[in-house]
Amino acid sequence: MRAWFIMFAMLFVQFTVQSQQCKSVITGVVTDFHDKTPLVRASISLIGKSDSVFYTDENGFFKIPNLCNGIYELEIYHAECQTAFMKVDLDTNLDLNIPLEHHLEELEEVKVTGNKITKTNSAMEETLELKTIEQYGSASLGDALKEINGVSSLNTGANIVKPTIHGLSGSRVLVLNNGVRMQDMEWGAEHAPNVDVNAAGSISVIKGASALQYGGDAIGGVILIEQNRFLKKDSIFGKTIVTGILNGRGGKINTDLIKTYKNGWFIKGQASYKKLGDQEAPSYVLSNTGVNEIGASLHFGKENFTSGWRGSYSYFNTEIGILSASHIGSVDDLIRAINDDEPTVIDPFTYDIASPRQEVTHHLGKFKYYNRFEGLGKLNVQYDFQNNRRFEYDVRTGDDKFKPSIDLELTTHALTSDFKWDAKSGFDLTVGVMGRYQNNFANPDTGVRRLIPDYDKYDAGIFSVMKLSLDEDWKLDAGLRYDYSKIDAKKFYRTSRWEERGYDEDFSDIIIRETESSQYLTQPIFDYHNVSATMGVNYSTDNQHSMSFNYALANRAPNPSELFSDGLHHSAARIELGDLRITSETSHKASLSLIKNGDWGYTLEPYVNFINDFIYLEPTDVEYTVRGAFPVWEYHQTNARILGLDLSLYANWTDHWKTDHKFSLTKGKDTSEDEPLINIPAAHIRNKISYNIPWKNLEVGLESKYVFKQNETPADIYVYSPEQGEDVLLEINTAPAAYHVLSLNSGMDFKFDKSTLTVNLIATNILDVSYRDYLNRLRYFADDLGRNIILQFKLNY
Amino acid sequence: MKTTIKLLSMLAFAGIVLASCSDDDDPEEVNEEETITTMTVSLTPDAGGTAIILKSEDSDGDGPNDPEITVSGNLVANSTYSGSVTFSNVTEDPVEDITEEVEEENTEHQLVYVHTGAISEVYNFDTDDDGNDLGLSFDLDTGDAGEAALQVVLRHEPTKPNDGSLSGVGGSTDFSASFAITVE
Repeated sequence: MRAWFIMFAMLFVQFTVQSQQCKSVITGVVTDFHDKTPLVRASISLIGKSDSVFYTDENGFFKIPNLCNGIYELEIYHAECQTAFMKVDLDTNLDLNIPLEHHLEELEEVKVTGNKITKTNSAMEETLELKTIEQYGSASLGDALKEINGVSSLNTGANIVKPTIHGLSGSRVLVLNNGVRMQDMEWGAEHAPNVDVNAAGSISVIKGASALQYGGDAIGGVILIEQNRFLKKDSIFGKTIVTGILNGRGGKINTDLIKTYKNGWFIKGQASYKKLGDQEAPSYVLSNTGVNEIGASLHFGKENFTSGWRGSYSYFNTEIGILSASHIGSVDDLIRAINDDEPTVIDPFTYDIASPRQEVTHHLGKFKYYNRFEGLGKLNVQYDFQNNRRFEYDVRTGDDKFKPSIDLELTTHALTSDFKWDAKSGFDLTVGVMGRYQNNFANPDTGVRRLIPDYDKYDAGIFSVMKLSLDEDWKLDAGLRYDYSKIDAKKFYRTSRWEERGYDEDFSDIIIRETESSQYLTQPIFDYHNVSATMGVNYSTDNQHSMSFNYALANRAPNPSELFSDGLHHSAARIELGDLRITSETSHKASLSLIKNGDWGYTLEPYVNFINDFIYLEPTDVEYTVRGAFPVWEYHQTNARILGLDLSLYANWTDHWKTDHKFSLTKGKDTSEDEPLINIPAAHIRNKISYNIPWKNLEVGLESKYVFKQNETPADIYVYSPEQGEDVLLEINTAPAAYHVLSLNSGMDFKFDKSTLTVNLIATNILDVSYRDYLNRLRYFADDLGRNIILQFKLNY
Repeated sequence: MKTTIKLLSMLAFAGIVLASCSDDDDPEEVNEEETITTMTVSLTPDAGGTAIILKSEDSDGDGPNDPEITVSGNLVANSTYSGSVTFSNVTEDPVEDITEEVEEENTEHQLVYVHTGAISEVYNFDTDDDGNDLGLSFDLDTGDAGEAALQVVLRHEPTKPNDGSLSGVGGSTDFSASFAITVE
């Protein structure tokens, strides 16, 4: 459990030369930086001057007698501390006070194997290693996260992947990119996080709302994408990853370069580019499923132990084609799509991306400053800025052919600050505040009525979280948070819709005026006050076994989509209606973790989540338009219960052979209506066998994934088919059959003088199985991806 | 470093204030231009006389109100009618004629006619630039007296040429209306 870190502390003491006699004495006290307690048996040696080593006594006191005047360099070492170096110019007796950093978890520069640093003591947390992140570098964040048990994804095709934690996604999952809460229109089911996986140093998932420092509304959980800290030494290094992807006939290139200095300065630049053409299902081309993606980031700053700052900027741009066959104009098109085995449009392979498609650009800028106070703690102050611009192009005609149907610009400023008291060993208390302003602008030039209106949103939060070690075995944590949120929108409603919703009775006071084309301009202003809290306990008697229990109360204010949606959603052939009356939803989640590590180990994590006033979309009715009849989906609130179990097992059979087994089960129920919740991931089992040897770090793994059929789905609905002239059953909720896919990954390292070349070969869906997944919104139209082979070269230098 | 913090917070607040006061104006209203609110089918008897007008109009577009469907009169049994169809958007002032757009992009459109009951045939369609059926004008034959239904569907990006059935035509629906007609 001992780690070695390097820190250079420079102390310049000004003296004038008075004598040359060797009778000077250095005395001093070595203490803990945080709580000022004396450190016993710290060693002090004079580098290059003497072989003698001096030790501190029980009061942390030391004395080095009979020294000549001159310049000395001291090395101060204490077990479990950072070794300190100190330069002194001695010309008379000198008394020193030497604080040493005694809290290892503060030094996140190197994460020591087996001593994982967690954000909470008791919540269910899991971290992806850099190696895994690199392997998924050519895929999306959501794909990488599926390595973590209990995390699945809500897809729109293969390129739009929204992470789902314990059956919940969207606004219920917070994504913190480099300490900044992503504001990238996460409310939409077809809006994926705008994050370049390659820019991440580590990715962690906290399943549930227990990490209150990040937000009080993480009913699903929190995804933390973090940067690595850099060692303070003069160095320059980097890596380049080139990936070839067979399915889609494209690839990705990513490169980064880091320069560090021993005085704490650093700069890191990173850039990536990805291009894919149409991808393919086993028996046909998935037309219009190409991707273009550009990511770049720059980090720079000066970080020392006592204080530091960091500036970051990242850019992400993606253009994603959406399966041509998924464009539907009427309910009959949808009926046809569901009944047909093949998509209605199959064109030859192309790299061109046509409509429907999305084009999204995200800018993120951040400046963070921290200062540590001796014997007290650490202060963080952060300002961040985000700009998210989203264009969605539908299949349109005439003059509007090249105009987007959706053009939204979301701008967010946030200022956060927290202070962490860690002076007392085994006790951390963090108190923080957050202020955020957000503006959404919906461009009217689209010529399409706005799906999301213009709005200003103001958020403020205050929180306190605590971690406490009672003794060697028992640890506690607790937290409390309050969030205030205000949304001030300006929205046009058709007068017919306004009356149909009954708003003329409840909201007549928010109408500003009526326009010539029978629309009301309204100004809805809503306030939400939310309290969240968490408490948990962890018990572990040795390094191998641990048990924890956590309870989290979370409240989430409705998002703009849930409040304001109003219109026909072409990709789903349905009319989606928000409701101004929707209130915050409240979740009570309890989870238990049992963990064993060693040659073989397991993690067993059952949980239950009761959500009151759960906000969800459900089919209610049918409305007739000139294009035919469309099912109406309305946002409603109900009480829901999600039960689940994540189980993972591993065994190291020999030094070379290892097996991993994972099982995840989620059951969601609408307890008010006594029927299943929609979009709950089906149970699945993954089994993996891997072989590795030290020779070239060779590793080969074969994984089997079996996904059961989701048997618990809401009832299908009946709609009137104008073509068939009668009501027909629309099997919109029926889940696809179970499926089984095999994948292989293998890798080798080749070491050169100053660099390492890693070659990875990954194959997914090896048997080229045709399947559809319940959580893919395009499952009505086409099969999922067929076989894919990915060859990756990584050069570290 | 204190000055850094001050500077930072000032910057942050400046950003917030600037962004906040950027616009207090009301957003611009959007009127969907490409919307088709109205389809009018005129059936003129070849034997002479007043045309029968079939009309479907939904002025609130995708709003909650159902389209209003009107049929101006009954058809005569065992006769031939010349039919023509127009599309318009009545929410525009003046009313926008969408028929022109369909004619301009005639290869990307097709009207499909589904009939039951006392209508015996719909045929003799006008053609697009490639010589395939367009369907803005047509002939209609009635059979013996009785009830009939005529569904008229405007399809966008159809598969051409085709057999004239809805499934054969494919594409996506721009407008669809069903008329209940009495043949006497």
